[in-house]
Amino acid sequence: MRVEFFLLIGALLFTIGCAGVLIRRNAIVILMCIELMLNAVNLTFVAFALENQSMTGHIFVFFVMTVAAAEAAIGLAIVIALFRRRRTTDVEDASLMRW
Amino acid sequence: MTPAAVVFYILASLALLSAVMVIWSRNVVHSAIYLVLTFLCVAGVYIVLRAEFVAAVQVLVYAGGIVVLFLFVIMLVNLAGTLGPRVRVHATVSAIVGCAAVALLLYVSASGGLDTDFGARIDLSAQGGNLQAVGWALYSDYLLPFEIASLLLLVAMIGAIVLARQKY
Repeated sequence: MRVEFFLLIGALLFTIGCAGVLIRRNAIVILMCIELMLNAVNLTFVAFALENQSMTGHIFVFFVMTVAAAEAAIGLAIVIALFRRRRTTDVEDASLMRW
Repeated sequence: MTPAAVVFYILASLALLSAVMVIWSRNVVHSAIYLVLTFLCVAGVYIVLRAEFVAAVQVLVYAGGIVVLFLFVIMLVNLAGTLGPRVRVHATVSAIVGCAAVALLLYVSASGGLDTDFGARIDLSAQGGNLQAVGWALYSDYLLPFEIASLLLLVAMIGAIVLARQKY
């Protein structure tokens, strides 16, 4: 199988995640869409790792997963803090520092 | 068409479909369930790409860990009956930006011309998976980034505890 198929799937997954971040207003769904985008990037890394017979892509995927886990934990903690203060998870309502 | 190609097409279409459903479903819990489906399909694609260890870590960390975290927060942040509108005012602008992003990605992948040095070449098609190769690379060439990643996880853990605490 050619590597282009995997890159295409990665690109489409990334775009779906990007569109979700832009369209949705629920902070939890936005975090999910960020995870989707990171997953798409991982898919591209692994596809290139096979194409070039290199281990570097696999290693990078682990670091991306580490950052994704840290980001999810911190982001969801922020969502909980936001919900305590404002009783909402809508990002439009978190407008205290908005210009 | 080889069996691997058939498996890939099924998994890829399922992953894309459930990824669309993540943003389309109005219930947050449904979004989380579709997210699990997407992650499992991507794990299957990893196996097609002969990255068995990455697939296992994907199932453990994403489908097992991160989505459970999401579900916990959804249960904690009880939003029963407040589904809200699916999209809001800036939907058109967002759609245009998203289409531009996919056009850019497709253009880059179509024009090709990627010529980069990817480091030492090794045989990925070794019998019984590539766990040993991953371990060698992780604990020799990438030892310092590995330790820094563990430090990052520690900081994230402390930060999450501090942020989600009841009193500041």
